[in-house]
Amino acid sequence: MTTPEIRVQGLHKSFGDNHVLRGIDLEIAQGEVVCVIGPSGSGKSTLLRCVNLLEEPTEGQVFVGGTEVTDPDVDIDAVRRRIGMVFQQFNLFPHLSVTENLTLPQRRVLRRDKAAAERVAAENLARVGLAEKAGAYPSALSGGQQQRVAIARALAMGPEVMLFDEPTSALDPELVGDVLAVMRSLAREGMTMMVVTHEMSFAREVADRVVFMDGGVIVEQGRPEQVIGAPRHERTRHFLSRILDPAMAEVEEGVADQGGTG
Amino acid sequence: MADTDTGIQPKRTGLTRTQKRRLSRGAQYAVLAAAVIAFALTADWGRLQNQFAQPGIAKQLFPDLITVALKNTVLYTLSGFVVGLALGMVIALMRLSSVGPYRWLAGIYIEIFRGLPALLIFIFVGVGVPLAFPTVQYPGGTYGKVAVALGLVSAAYMAETIRAGIQAVPKGQMEAARSLGFSPARAMVSIILPQAFRIILPPLTNELVLLFKDSSLVLFLGVTLEQRELSKFGNDLASQTANSTPILVAGLCYLLITIPLSLVVRRMETKALREIR
Ligand SMILES: Nc1ncnc2c1ncn2[C@@H]1O[C@H](COP(=O)(O)OP(=O)(O)OP(=O)(O)O)[C@@H](O)[C@H]1O
Ligand SMILES: [Mg+2]
Repeated sequence: MTTPEIRVQGLHKSFGDNHVLRGIDLEIAQGEVVCVIGPSGSGKSTLLRCVNLLEEPTEGQVFVGGTEVTDPDVDIDAVRRRIGMVFQQFNLFPHLSVTENLTLPQRRVLRRDKAAAERVAAENLARVGLAEKAGAYPSALSGGQQQRVAIARALAMGPEVMLFDEPTSALDPELVGDVLAVMRSLAREGMTMMVVTHEMSFAREVADRVVFMDGGVIVEQGRPEQVIGAPRHERTRHFLSRILDPAMAEVEEGVADQGGTG
Repeated sequence: MADTDTGIQPKRTGLTRTQKRRLSRGAQYAVLAAAVIAFALTADWGRLQNQFAQPGIAKQLFPDLITVALKNTVLYTLSGFVVGLALGMVIALMRLSSVGPYRWLAGIYIEIFRGLPALLIFIFVGVGVPLAFPTVQYPGGTYGKVAVALGLVSAAYMAETIRAGIQAVPKGQMEAARSLGFSPARAMVSIILPQAFRIILPPLTNELVLLFKDSSLVLFLGVTLEQRELSKFGNDLASQTANSTPILVAGLCYLLITIPLSLVVRRMETKALREIR
């Protein structure tokens, strides 16, 4: 077996007294698509952000492509170039045009010359179906378009791994599809992807593996049809019932509240 | 208390809201008119004109008013602004540094120089430093001295403005830049600062307006005839001619610059507001 693209070992993360990640072990193979699901506050974002060291783990190790990210002597900027990240809030650079959003990082970080950077930018804008928006500014784009530009910006750096943190959660429902379509084709091209999402149909269709997190640990993981279709753990079943039928969740919460106060 | 929040009896005072508004506005105009009439009647117009608006004396001021005084005011202000901006930038970055001593030093600087009168700083730079370090020469002579003094005066304010601007840029911008492989310094220069400066352009321009006025403190540094700026020039010529017209004219020159600048700031602010909405 080849070395995994991402390896997380004994990962703990605390914010002060808040022990958010309580021992995570996870391996993601090259070209594998892993969807991470779980209730709010379970530590999904924190796990993702520990992989490219936006958060410093309190304990444990993270390897990406064989390099130990958590090694204090590692050139973290160099490692991050190999890891693309897509945020819930897009985080496009608002003072730059769409093309400049893609070319500036290539030129400043990868030291590509202007012509090469522009060629790569055009390729990747075409890849996400936004070639005609090259000259626009982010504020003139819809949320779905902004998120696709953000994906193109990450891809333009030629990453080996892509991390997605709820990429469609800030979007109007009718714009979700376009972003998921881009991610689907990326998965088909063999990109290694770690996706935090609440889109169960996407997870079911695209993921090779689904990881369910709760309370800072991985509760269960496996093929999507198994984790989503026939969950083994009560906590997973509970979470899925709330996600798949939000109306039910409200009733449950109401009952719980009454129990708590009365 | 009780009758302010009832609203059950809308005509308690016997006046409708429209009537009350009219009455209040009428009273304000009446006070204004009375003040204007009183001023016009009591002022000795002939004497005022004689003292402040003698065309003959005003004519004498040219061309030195423009080629020396106004030119020097602009030069002093702009050089002080550049020094203040550079120093303020360094202090702002120190204030945001992860190194404790840098933060403290920056904090101490800001508190001290915001708390001191500009005049005291001018005297310190112009008299104190040369006395304490007789061998030290300011580059550019008086111009350098003024640039340093105005720079010190404005740097503390600019540092706080720049810091606020940097902190107003959403955290996600730095995270996005770092995740693309930018080093912290490069992300600051390429991504954060350009956005921060857009945010702080209006307050920085306000600072420039303040500096225009503070440049008048050069008066206390002892300058040659060629180095006089508007206030000193106006003051000197007022005593030479025993007339206040030069002061009025110098004042108009300040307004010629500061009012358009203020208008530009207001334009920028309303535009920024519109963009947020
Ligand atoms: N920078 C931070 N400082 C302090 N606490 C934090 C920080 N980031 C996250 N936390 C805490 O860590 C816990 C897990 O947060 P995290 O964002 O990882 O959850 P999540 O599973 O992504 O939830 P969501 O679905 O709402 O995004 C939360 O209790 C949160 O308050
Ligand atoms: Mg999250």
